[in-house]
Amino acid sequence: MARTLIRVPATATRGEVIEIRTLIQHPMETGYRPDAAGRLLVRDIITRFTCHFDNRLVFEAMLHSAIAANPYLTFTLRAEASGVLTFAWEGDHDFRHVETRALTVT
Amino acid sequence: MSACRRQRWLPLLALLLGAAGPRSGFETMTPELQAMQRDDAGNPGMLSVLEGEALFAREGCAACHAAAALRGVAARYPAHDPARGGPIDLAGRIAECREQRAGRPPLPRESQPMLALQSFVAHQSRGLPITPDPRLAEARAEGERLFRERRGQLNLSCAQCHETLAGGRLAGANIPEGHPNGYPLYRLEWQALGSLQRRLRGCFTGVRAEALAPGSPAALALEAYLFGRAAGLPIETPAVRP
Repeated sequence: MARTLIRVPATATRGEVIEIRTLIQHPMETGYRPDAAGRLLVRDIITRFTCHFDNRLVFEAMLHSAIAANPYLTFTLRAEASGVLTFAWEGDHDFRHVETRALTVT
Repeated sequence: MSACRRQRWLPLLALLLGAAGPRSGFETMTPELQAMQRDDAGNPGMLSVLEGEALFAREGCAACHAAAALRGVAARYPAHDPARGGPIDLAGRIAECREQRAGRPPLPRESQPMLALQSFVAHQSRGLPITPDPRLAEARAEGERLFRERRGQLNLSCAQCHETLAGGRLAGANIPEGHPNGYPLYRLEWQALGSLQRRLRGCFTGVRAEALAPGSPAALALEAYLFGRAAGLPIETPAVRP
């Protein structure tokens, strides 16, 4: 199972712009590198990252072969109401990892 | 004071500070990389520390060792091992404890679980100064000899770059003093967490020399010398390096 580090502020005031930071453990094997025997290593990357706030898509990113291992993504949101943030990473070989974090708006 | 004038003083200031003792490679990194290392939510090495923490609990290490009691351990290694009559490094100690006391099958020295355990243990000592084991004087002397010995087709010794030319540049890269205070560390070039032995192998291959076998007496002696020379530097595990 992939490990993740996610930073979401514990609380935010209404209308405040908050920064979300995510880091996930993943080799991001490009598909262009040969192994010791000269055969190409099969591509194994995360292709899509999404962040939903109470089922509403608020951030999405498409990832490609040029992105380094353990992708670090950071983005901002305007906090309007309390709710749950759902982070999902999808990739090759049916890779899928989902994490949720609660956000409290005061 | 103009920026130009201020800049003229910087090298002098650096020289004065540098003369005060060993300088961690952290200090010559870009501010962006330093921020990455400081931020526990952005430092990719923390993923291995978390993995190590889970392994520590799952493998039964926690039955004997409390994580809090491991604070300061990594700052004392390599240490003298009476049974071997010589130095043992942190990786060696963890392997010995796992295999002989916990009866677990051995893990390859640089496998991901072994690095994770090592980074978790070393992380407990983050911020503590390295205090070399006084019983290792003999190993350190042998390590220093290896450090100053010219080797490989390029006929270079460690000291030529990491002592005489430290602070300079090799092509675009900084030449650090080569201190081992952040291992296992996350190196951007590797895109992974790696051990001190892996880093040494990189340098040895770079000068076209035969690398020391990990865990061999020569490798341990060199490691003991490197830790002795870095005495007082804080442990940074998991450090980030370019």
